[in-house]
Amino acid sequence: MSTLEIRDLKVSIETDQGTKHILKGVDLTINEGEIHAVMGPNGSGKSTLAYTIAGHPRYNVEGGSITFDGQDVLEMSVDERARAGLFLAMQYPVEIPGVTVTNFLRTAKTAIDGEEPSIRHWGATVKDAMGKLRMDPSFAARNVNEGFSGGEKKRHEILQLELLKPKFAVLDETDSGLDVDALKIVSEGVNRAHEETGLGVLLITHYTRILRYIKPDFVHVFVDGKVAEEGGPELAERLEDEGYDRYLVAQA
Amino acid sequence: MPVQTRSERFTSTAHADFPEVTGREVNWKYTPVAKLGDLIDGELDGSPYEIAYADAAGATVEWLDRTHALVGAAGIPEDRAAANAWTNFEKALHIRLEGDAETLTVVRSTLGGSARAAHTIVSAAKGATGLVVLDSQGDAKLTENVEIVLEDDANVTVVSVQQWDDSALHLASQYARIGHGASLRHIVVSLGGDVVRVNPSAHLAEEGAEAELYGVYFADAGQHLEQQVYVNHDAPHTRSRVTYKGALNGEGAHTVWIGDVLIGRDATGTDTYEQNRNLVLSDGTRADSIPNLEIETGDIEGAGHASATGRFDDEQLFYLQARGIPEDEARRLVVLGFLSEVVQKIGEPVLEARLHEALEDELAAAR
Repeated sequence: MSTLEIRDLKVSIETDQGTKHILKGVDLTINEGEIHAVMGPNGSGKSTLAYTIAGHPRYNVEGGSITFDGQDVLEMSVDERARAGLFLAMQYPVEIPGVTVTNFLRTAKTAIDGEEPSIRHWGATVKDAMGKLRMDPSFAARNVNEGFSGGEKKRHEILQLELLKPKFAVLDETDSGLDVDALKIVSEGVNRAHEETGLGVLLITHYTRILRYIKPDFVHVFVDGKVAEEGGPELAERLEDEGYDRYLVAQA
Repeated sequence: MPVQTRSERFTSTAHADFPEVTGREVNWKYTPVAKLGDLIDGELDGSPYEIAYADAAGATVEWLDRTHALVGAAGIPEDRAAANAWTNFEKALHIRLEGDAETLTVVRSTLGGSARAAHTIVSAAKGATGLVVLDSQGDAKLTENVEIVLEDDANVTVVSVQQWDDSALHLASQYARIGHGASLRHIVVSLGGDVVRVNPSAHLAEEGAEAELYGVYFADAGQHLEQQVYVNHDAPHTRSRVTYKGALNGEGAHTVWIGDVLIGRDATGTDTYEQNRNLVLSDGTRADSIPNLEIETGDIEGAGHASATGRFDDEQLFYLQARGIPEDEARRLVVLGFLSEVVQKIGEPVLEARLHEALEDELAAAR
């Protein structure tokens, strides 16, 4: 069974005001097939955790470890992490001018699998996956994320999740900026990937709304770069009622 | 520096009318003039040359006498090299478009290394549509003028491809006159050659005229690729867009883009935007990028310009790598994508595919 283990992770970034310490010792263990929600107020370090797992160069790991089935993730390049089976659905996917969705998906699939997907089946697979996410077929010919609405960008992220079939996915505020219909469609995509491939999910969100559609097994509350409380789905319900105030008061 | 409005720049068809080139002039200061003496002042062979093309319905190709009324209909030279070509050409290659013409590609690939002059005219009848590719390959030492004349409501794309051999020297002035409600899409693709300078100008002469001017270029070590673009808004409700994108790689790779836009007194309701973007792939390169906007009427729709020269966008690399794509492949995709944005505007799949391949080769050589 695959396991992603994060131990005592400490991460900082460089800002104009100097070094800023964001993660101050995070511990998390996610097993294959589990869905973990990471919740917390803005600035608590949720997105930093997401980007550190993916290997964004802006984030400096100052201590601790991330291991994936015993492999040292922090030693891997960004693309090696993806090929090992880690996926990050981004909150703000960037535009890549001149690179069509079709070309991008085929290139990524080839890189992940180590061989070109079968020409005969790949086109149908992509078309089918796009249909399930209610994406218009004309998307395939557009340039990656160029002129996409917020909802279209998120669907495109989940499309990649379904096609690339990673072992673990970090979803960084995938719910932000989505209306209810889009939220449902995107959530269905995540649930499909979870059921079909035994995907492990780290769902990062500020709001409990998405947890109505994607049911977490565990909930972790982030405050000031640390896990302040952990529990089952019932913890999310409490947060729905009480918000984050009591953590912030306790901190003060 | 003296302020000189672009519309008042000296023009003549006679070589002798221009003073000797010093290399300090506003339109020569970025150009390696020392290599170009034969083209600026030398004797030129102005005879017709070999061309190759496949027949296309609605398009005719013929050689015109230099006294023909179309010669000079779109514009006349602003510099001594262009005037030298004008003084010396014997016949003008004329491409005529009528009705909905099929795509016409005219290839010249056997000009050879002795200095020569050429004159080309693309004209489109009232309401005509079409796509003309002027495709230059092989060796060349060439100075030339290209005129594009669009009658009312014509809608035409002209693609000028410079895929010369490494030693080629090429100076071109291209002039477009765009009539009432007519629309020109003009695309300059400069890949091969030692010194390649293509200066397109678009005269939006009548109400509702439109011009989209695109360019894409890839300069290798020691290569000089230049384009001085001029858009003259000279009538009400005219629209222009200028987008030039280039990549530079290797010691001494030099690109020049000058974008002059003039909004004349009569050009009320003008809508214009020009931009130049350069992607620097190695040390030792130089990209000069100079937008100029001259506005003589305040009553316009919009006018803007942008210029940016930089290295990779790391966020684009991160995004691609986060999908498993190795760094060198990701860089290749980003550069090709950056340049493909212009290639995608051509609308001719075979040529687009060929240019993609040529850009791939440029990139492969860059590694």
